[in-house]
This record gives sequence, structure tokens and C-alpha cells, in this order.
Amino acid sequence: MRSDSRYPSQRAGRFLLLALMVLVIDLSLAQATAAEQLTAGAENVEVAAASLLPAPNPQRADYPNIGVSSRNLVWIIAQMHLFFGALVLAVPIFVLVIEIIGFRTSDDRYDDMAHEFMKISLTAYAITALFGGTLALSLFLLYPHLMTYLMRAFGSQVLVYAALFFLESMLLYIYYYGWNALRYGNRKWLHLTLGLLLNAVGTTLLVVANSWTTFMMAPSGVDPATGAVIGNIWEVMKGPLWNPLNLHRFIANVAFGGAVVGAYAAFKFLSAKNPEEKAHYDWMGYSSNFISILAFLPLPFAGYWLMAEIYAYSQQMGILAMGGILAWLFVIQAVLICTILLAGNYYLWTGMGRSEGAERYRWAIKYIATVLILGFLVWVTPHNIIYTAAEITRLGGGNHPVLGPLGIMPAKNIAVFLMLICTFLSFQLYRRADKVITVSWQNWGNALMASIYAVAIANIIFAGVYYGYFTNTVYKVGSSVIQVMSTVFVIVSGVVLDTLMFKGAKTLHVTWGKVSSRSQYALFALPIAFTWLMALMGYVRTSIRTHWHVYTVMPDNSPDNFIPTLQTVGNMVTLATLLFLSFLLFIFWIANLSGTRQLPIAADNNPALAGGKA
Amino acid sequence: MNVLVKVLSFSVALILIFTGVAYVLPQMEGAAPEETVVDVGELTIESFVAMGEELYQGKGNCALCHNDLGRAPDLLAFDVTRASRERMADPRYQGAASDVEGYLRESMLQPSMYVVEGFGTKGSGDAESPMPAVDKPPIQLSELAIGAIIAYLQDKDGNPVTVALPDAAAGNDDGAAPALPALVQSAEAAMAKYGCAACHAILQSAATLGPGLNDIGSRQSIEQIRDSIVNPAAVIDEDYLVMMPEFPNMTLGELKMIVGFLAKQSGDQS
Repeated sequence: MRSDSRYPSQRAGRFLLLALMVLVIDLSLAQATAAEQLTAGAENVEVAAASLLPAPNPQRADYPNIGVSSRNLVWIIAQMHLFFGALVLAVPIFVLVIEIIGFRTSDDRYDDMAHEFMKISLTAYAITALFGGTLALSLFLLYPHLMTYLMRAFGSQVLVYAALFFLESMLLYIYYYGWNALRYGNRKWLHLTLGLLLNAVGTTLLVVANSWTTFMMAPSGVDPATGAVIGNIWEVMKGPLWNPLNLHRFIANVAFGGAVVGAYAAFKFLSAKNPEEKAHYDWMGYSSNFISILAFLPLPFAGYWLMAEIYAYSQQMGILAMGGILAWLFVIQAVLICTILLAGNYYLWTGMGRSEGAERYRWAIKYIATVLILGFLVWVTPHNIIYTAAEITRLGGGNHPVLGPLGIMPAKNIAVFLMLICTFLSFQLYRRADKVITVSWQNWGNALMASIYAVAIANIIFAGVYYGYFTNTVYKVGSSVIQVMSTVFVIVSGVVLDTLMFKGAKTLHVTWGKVSSRSQYALFALPIAFTWLMALMGYVRTSIRTHWHVYTVMPDNSPDNFIPTLQTVGNMVTLATLLFLSFLLFIFWIANLSGTRQLPIAADNNPALAGGKA
Repeated sequence: MNVLVKVLSFSVALILIFTGVAYVLPQMEGAAPEETVVDVGELTIESFVAMGEELYQGKGNCALCHNDLGRAPDLLAFDVTRASRERMADPRYQGAASDVEGYLRESMLQPSMYVVEGFGTKGSGDAESPMPAVDKPPIQLSELAIGAIIAYLQDKDGNPVTVALPDAAAGNDDGAAPALPALVQSAEAAMAKYGCAACHAILQSAATLGPGLNDIGSRQSIEQIRDSIVNPAAVIDEDYLVMMPEFPNMTLGELKMIVGFLAKQSGDQS
């Protein structure tokens, strides 16, 4: 029984105060580090002189050779660290949200589910740290000059990072092991605060580590001619790509984490021995998919922002990614994102069978599926491919007369945004499937929602076709803003309208566990595609630096300073994904093992205990 | 265990499908630009122009934006010399150049002196160019390389090249030869670069995949030889398959050397 339920506003106030305190601590840490660097630079002449050293320019012979490709080794280790890092930073975010929902609804199922998710995060945390340590050692061993330069640029910030890691570990363990001890009443508030602190520290770790990556892509706080570090730590950290990457990774991590724990739930569902277990894990899988798809929907917008900032920083860099040698990778990206959308939609459609109310909306599925498949086909159509001379003769040019126009960005933008809108429609229909709306203005509400869909779709198609094919390139890029706004408007207005219309709605019975085993494989497809996608896009992002360790200031003269073929990239990404999958199975197994208790051995079945010969 | 096997099989199959997509797409490797030393004293106007073309397509990264996709003015689609004169006369021009060569050099070193309408940095009202200064990182072209590109841009439209050939002594204060992309110096080297002998009987090769070239000079005119290289699929000998690729990166100088060499092949040598 909760002891303080009479004063909800007071509790909310306390909670908000704590949230503010966490933010203030975060900001103070960043500012304190910057101030510290400034003071050191002003007062210590030696440090100031050292900081004016130019960026190193190691020659090929200066790179240590351990007999295997240094890049490939670091590639795999870094990728594994990033996979697990993403998982352990993301899971506590939605665990906290689930815990709050459970607390507000007084439904212990949410609390239990959140606790079970944290079990996965806990094992993954140790693996993240192990890969992080291995990565640091590998980098210092294989790229000593680069690491010397990065240490010079970031200075004592790396120690702040280490300190935050300690704090994160302590909070994580207290949050997990204190779960049942701090389950109800005022203690629950303490537990929620711990969760908030854990996430604040985790997010700070993320943005600090991101600054190293974005410094290498778009260095700031350095002399452009020599690479000498001339700025304070804040100027070094706050490069033009830092915030776009922070947002992109934060959202992507939540989508990725949701997909991974969804796979865990699906595995448990398929292995369940009784209907109760099936019902529990079906519900858990649904919740995970809900989180994953909800986070995934705004991800392309964050991606657009990141890419726009890359173009603004260096048009050459942007074109290399989107129109140069790396552009082919975006065909694979299309296959992966379409896999995610198709799997997510399929799971929602099959899940609608849990409620009889879904019959009202089944007719829409075939139209949504058609748009998704057409969108997929447009998205994977390349602008051109390498033809033989005979093929060029038959085509009458370098581009196919019909398919050529589908290969450029305007066509793909139309396809992507329509696919996102359709996914949201599936999501909205699923949410409506178990409800009977009773508000008096429901017809007006439905008409308004349908109109918003119609106008947004017309906007997306018109902006794409008109600006994409009948104006010059500058306007082509601008048209995507209209498309983004239209899509966001559909999502936001859909959520708001549904919230208002669901007031007083009659809820139909939902039979958890009443879902096909086939649907669970969609929950495996999601993390597999997410994992492959993360590794692929991470590779693209880092490869646009081409032959530079730190773009424009520190050249990469190592034997691996070339952009590899797509086959090599595919092999490396697959290797990283398979390794991650193997470690994930280990984590699932460990999570299961912790709940297993051996039964006492009966004395008459054990000769040693019974006094006989063993 | 049954569930584990099914789940693993499904996951691995899906991963392999994604890998398969990477395998069916075109395979290209992007090498880092190589710095090699060229003997400046041996340069002729022709090879200097050819060097400029190679830099334009390669290390200079010019063709990455200056193409028909609309990112930047397509310099190959109009007369650059004439356009340079028009732009110097435009009131929006803020530079100090008084001739085409100076204008082109200024465009590469200070791209914002004149920004073609519609191609400025977003929000700058065409006052600022998104083009990087080519003598700075990441492109870092030398003065000689910039001169070679100007020579190529003048020559491509049939205009006289005004850039003076670099003087080995004057161009290198420290006496070291400048770092420039290696140039193919002979027809034989150019043919080796493009692998002609892999399919054609020429030089020491007796390959039969394509028509023999040891007597090509007696069978075809210079124009026909040039057309066959530029557009291999246009005319095909009925005894052979359409296999010869196009060579989009072949420079004008290399083409001239190969055509000149082949035109002299009358069969007497073999």
C-alpha cells in the first residue's frame, strides 16, 4: 500500500526538482571541464606551448604491424563496443518509462517487466566495459600517433569520462539490485530518482564519447593549417556535427534496445511451456516492439539533420557519402530499413488478432502492404549501375528511361515518407483495434484524421515531384523539409487526436498469447536488421573521412587508408553482427540461468549422501 | 533446443541475405590519392593539359560536384573561358582578376569572389560558395596542379592555354620536384594502363578475345580508331562479342597517344 498517495502534486514537484538537479549537474560538469582547461591554458606556459604542437603526420612505416589488418581488428572491436554500449544506454531509458507507467497505474506487471529488462542490461554492461577496454588498448597499440593527438585535444576530459563510468556502474547496480527493496511508497520515488540519475549519467557518457567521433569528422578548436589544438575543451567538443550525432544516436539506441529486448521476449514466448508464460512474453514482446517502432519513426528526421549538417560542413564530404563511392551502401540501407518497416508492420497486423475489434480495420492492411512494397521497390532502385557497352547501347544512355527517374533522391524521399506514414497508420489501427470510441464527435474526429492523412500524402507527393523534377538541386533539398513536416504533423496530430478520442472509450478484451509463432520471427528480424544497419551506417559515417584520421588536419597514411569494396564491408558487418548475436544468446542464457534453481537431491538418489559408494 | 535452432537458422539466413545484397552491387575500392614525383622539365603543353584533366577527375575532386547533377556548375558543359570573361564583367564579381587565367585561379583559391546564382551556400543569398579552397585540406593542390587544371579548362573548349609551363628551377625553391600525379609518358604505357593487350593482339600479346591491332593502322582511319576507343559499342566486328568497356577516366593525352600509336600499326612490324 502506498503511504503518500494523498499528495500527488507534491510528489511530482519533488520528482521535477530532482530532474532539474540532474540537468544542472550535467551542465556544470561540461562547464567545469571547459573552465579548467581555460585556466590551465592561461596559467601554465608549458602546457600552452605543448598545445601548439601540430597534428602528427605519421608515415606508413610508423604504424605498428601485428600481422593482421589493424583497421579490421579495431573495426570489429569498436563495433562490438558500440552495439553493447547502445544496448546498455538504451534499456534503462525505456525501463524507467515502463517503471513510471507501472507506478502510475499500480500495475505490477509493468514493474516486473522493467525489472526483467534490466537483467539483460546488467550482463550486457560488463561486456560493454570489456570491449571498451579492449578497444582502448587496441587503439593505443595500433594507432599511437592518433591517440596521442586525441589525448592532447581532449586532455583531462577522458578522466571525467572514466569517473562517469564509475558513477554509472554504481547507479546501475543499486538500481537493479535495489529494485525490490525500493518497490512501493516513498521508496519507489527514491528508486525512480536513481533511474533518472542512471539515465542522466548514461546520456552524458554517450555525448562525451560522441565528441571524440565528431572531432575526427569535423575538428573544431584546432588550427586548420597545422592541427594544433588552440581551443578549450568545450570548443574542441562542440563541433558542428556533435549535436546532430547526439540526437541521432540517442534515438537510434532506444529503437535498437527495444528491438533487442523484443527478441528476448520472442525467444521466451517460443520456448514458453504454458499459456500464462506465453501471455506474459507476448505482452512483453508487444511492449518492446511498441518502443522500438515509436523510436524508429522519428529516426529518419534525425538522420536528415545529421546529413544536412555534414553537407553544410563539407559539401565534398556529403556528396562522397550520398553521390560518390559510398552511395551504393544506401541501396543496402534501403533493404535494411524496409526489412525493419515490413517486420514492424507485419507484427502489428498479426498482433491485431488478439482482439476481435481488429476486424473493423483488416481491410486497410492490403493497401498499407501495397504502399510498403512499392515504396521498397522505389527505394532500392539505383540511379545507375555499371553497364556493359552492349547494355548501354540497348538502353540508349547511362540511365534506364523509366527506372532512371526513380533512382534519384526525390523519388526515394516520397517512398520513405509514405512508408513512414503507412507504418504510423498500422500503429494507429493497432491501438484502435481493442477500443470502441464513444465521444460524441467521433465522426468529426475520424474525418479530421482522414483529411490530415490525405493532405499530408498529397503534400509529400507534390513536393517530391514538383521540386524534385521541375526545379534545380537547391530546391530539391528544400522540398524534404515540407515532407518531414507533413509526416511529423500526421504522427503528432494522430497521437493527440487518439488521446482525446480514447477518453471514455470502451475497451475490448485482448487475449495475450493469442498470436502466431510466425509473428515472433518478425521480432527477430527487427534486431538483426537494426544491428546490420547500425554497423553499416557507422561505417559510412566514419568512411567519409576517407584518408584522414582527423579530417583535414591529420592524414591517415596507414596501409588501410583506402575505402574497401562493398563485399569487404558486407563481410565485416556480417562478422560483427554474428558475434553480437552470439554474445546476445549468451546474455539471454545467463538471464535465464539466474532464474533457475536446482531442486534438492533426494538422499536415496545420491549414494554418497546415503552412505554408499559414490 | 528446437526453438534455438530455428531462431538461429532464421537469423543467420537473414544476415546472409543482407550480405548477399552487398555482393551483387558494383565493387569499387577508393584508394587514397598517391603523391608521386614528376619531372617538371619533361612536361609539354599536351602532357600538362592531360595532367590537368587527370587532376580534375581525380585528386582535385572537381568532378564530384561540377557535373550534370546540379550541385555546382557543370564546367564541361559550357565554354569556361567565355563564361569567365562574362563573370568578371558582372557587377556581383568581387575579385581582382583581370584575365581568364587569373579568374580561374582566384575561383579555386577564393571561391566566394563570384558565386553563380543558385549555387551559393544555403542562406547566404549566393554570397558565399560551398566550394573549399583547393590549396587547403582536404584537397591540398599544389600551385603546379592548379596551373594544370586551368590549362585543361582552357584547352577543353579549344581556347589557347595561357598558363606558362612550370619551370623546374623556378617552381621549386627547395630544389625538390613537386608532388604531382604520375603521368603516362608513352602509348605503350597508356595501353598497359588500360589493359588493351588483355584482349587484343598488340605489342607482345597474341590475345584473340578482340580484333588484332597489329595492322589496325592499315584497316582503319585515325577517326575510326578514336571512335572505337571512345564508344566501343558503336561498331562491332561481327566475329567478336560486345565486351570492350568504356574508359571514362582516360585522359585526352592518353587517348591521343594511343590513337597515334595504333594508326602507325600497319602489320609490318609483326
